[in-house]
Amino acid sequence: MGISVIIFLLIIAGIIFVLFNLYNSLVRARNAVKNAWSQIDVQLKRRHDLIPNLVETAKGYMKHERQTLEAVVNARNIAMNADGVAETGKAEGMLTNALKSLFAVAEAYPDLKANQNFLALQEELTSTENKIAFSRQAFNDSVMNYNDKCEMVPTNFIANMFNFKKEEFFEIEIPEERAVPKVDFS
Amino acid sequence: MWEIALSNRRKSIFLVVLMALLLFSVGYTTGELLLGPGGGLLGIGIALIIWVILTSIAFFQGKKLLMRISGGQKIEKADHPRLFNVVEEMVIASQLTKIPDIYIIDDPAPNAFATGRNIDNAAIAVTTGLLNRLNRDELQGVVAHEIGHVKNRDILFMTLLGVMLGAIVLITDLAVRSFFYGGHRRRSRTSSQSSNQLQIIILVIGIVLMILSPIIAQIIYFAASRKREYLADSSSAIFTRYPEGLARALEKIEYTSIRMKKTNRVTAPMYIVNPLQKLSAKSVGLFSTHPPTSQRIQILRNMAGSPNYIDYDTAYKKITGSSASIIPGTTLQTVIADRKSPSKPELKKTVPIPTAVLAGAAMSVEPEQVSERVRETTDAIWKAKNYRFIDCTCGAKLKVPPSFNRPTVTCLRCRTSYSLNSKVENGK
Repeated sequence: MGISVIIFLLIIAGIIFVLFNLYNSLVRARNAVKNAWSQIDVQLKRRHDLIPNLVETAKGYMKHERQTLEAVVNARNIAMNADGVAETGKAEGMLTNALKSLFAVAEAYPDLKANQNFLALQEELTSTENKIAFSRQAFNDSVMNYNDKCEMVPTNFIANMFNFKKEEFFEIEIPEERAVPKVDFS
Repeated sequence: MWEIALSNRRKSIFLVVLMALLLFSVGYTTGELLLGPGGGLLGIGIALIIWVILTSIAFFQGKKLLMRISGGQKIEKADHPRLFNVVEEMVIASQLTKIPDIYIIDDPAPNAFATGRNIDNAAIAVTTGLLNRLNRDELQGVVAHEIGHVKNRDILFMTLLGVMLGAIVLITDLAVRSFFYGGHRRRSRTSSQSSNQLQIIILVIGIVLMILSPIIAQIIYFAASRKREYLADSSSAIFTRYPEGLARALEKIEYTSIRMKKTNRVTAPMYIVNPLQKLSAKSVGLFSTHPPTSQRIQILRNMAGSPNYIDYDTAYKKITGSSASIIPGTTLQTVIADRKSPSKPELKKTVPIPTAVLAGAAMSVEPEQVSERVRETTDAIWKAKNYRFIDCTCGAKLKVPPSFNRPTVTCLRCRTSYSLNSKVENGK
């Protein structure tokens, strides 16, 4: 066996190694997207679980706000049955809005605001809301990372060869949130 | 984000190697000076042993040790839901795989730090003063900064460097002491040898090294610490997408005149703001553990609307007047590529600032209820110390210490007696 054969084999081995690495980096990016999505899912479920408790607590104090409470319950039911990224985004956006108006209305009920149970639930929902926002942010970051890999040289060759498809971003439809970013210089 | 950890690792390895070289040369000269010619190798051996022992202590017991030194109490979710939730939020935002342990330090000075050998063993500690003073957004900024330290692997790196600094100080201290008090005898015995000339040279180099090494080691340690503070600030801005939160928190921390009770020079670089030095100095010396806080605040405030590493870097250059980037080049390049790539407009649209919609609502309901926060924090400390809570019918809350061993407790206000076996609420 001549030295040239060995060099040839080494080059082939090197190329295969690089290809494997590129392929693995694509798989890793795609798994990160999946993982981030399941994180959103966990938080959305948690919010759905918290809502019956909240409505139950609020009901005793807010007798005249039947409409607001019903809107929350309805939005929750729709969101629970939503399917796919786009539809889920829309339904969860509605739920967020319904909750927001519930908490806004709650300001008029000092007894409710003093209720320890309600305060604890409010903290939990606030945090869940934030967690949804942050997991959405993490999801979109990882989608962007993955999509970039699908488009950019050299990983795009591998992506085409093994049929890696681009993922869609997750949007929650909250008009106000899009319109004005919260900037407070006080 | 991943690139920062990666490029950090390369630079960290370089600094660690530098420190190790310093440590070994200190060991060598100590050996030569104390044990006579040829003792250098033994000196290196001793330095190595000291280093290995200190490192393994730091590695496996460091977190516990540090928490004991600074007086941290580990808490669970029930003890302080708000803090716990904020940490969870930042873990999600930073895509860490595990929630760090959370500790509260009972200290009125507002401060925080992160420690641990890796992501799975990380811990975050905040003081009660911090919890009392900061609102939710500000707390989030601080926690994100600490999570940034965890994510960028700063905690392990600073532990390693800190241990080596400690070893160098220890060895030089030892050498200087025994050289001045006991070294004379040994030297006079070997001085008749022909290698006298060489020995004098070694002696001179040795003494210079002894004096300089601890100083050099400290400069390396503190320089690394300063740089990592900026990086953690930028990570915080990116995780929260709201740099103003951290900026305001830093402002509040900086302008409180309370000093921390339990700190020293080695633990100081770990905190978000140096607990020892309470000067809002503009200049930054070689021996500062942290960049000037006013500068950090200005950089955060100068970031544009949608925070990313480029904006932080631009703001950093503008404020410090430095031409060198603070963010590793590889990371900047990928962000620039993202900006130019067609997917950029999508990004801007789909990643809005995650304004905490309900948090905003909740905050307008209770405008900065500081007393409420103070109660929440003190309760957390009591609960963490295993106190039992009893809600009396008169509205008072009885806090029973774990060492209280009588069967009943009497409310001080209304004199109602409660049996401790049945009436326990929130007890653990």
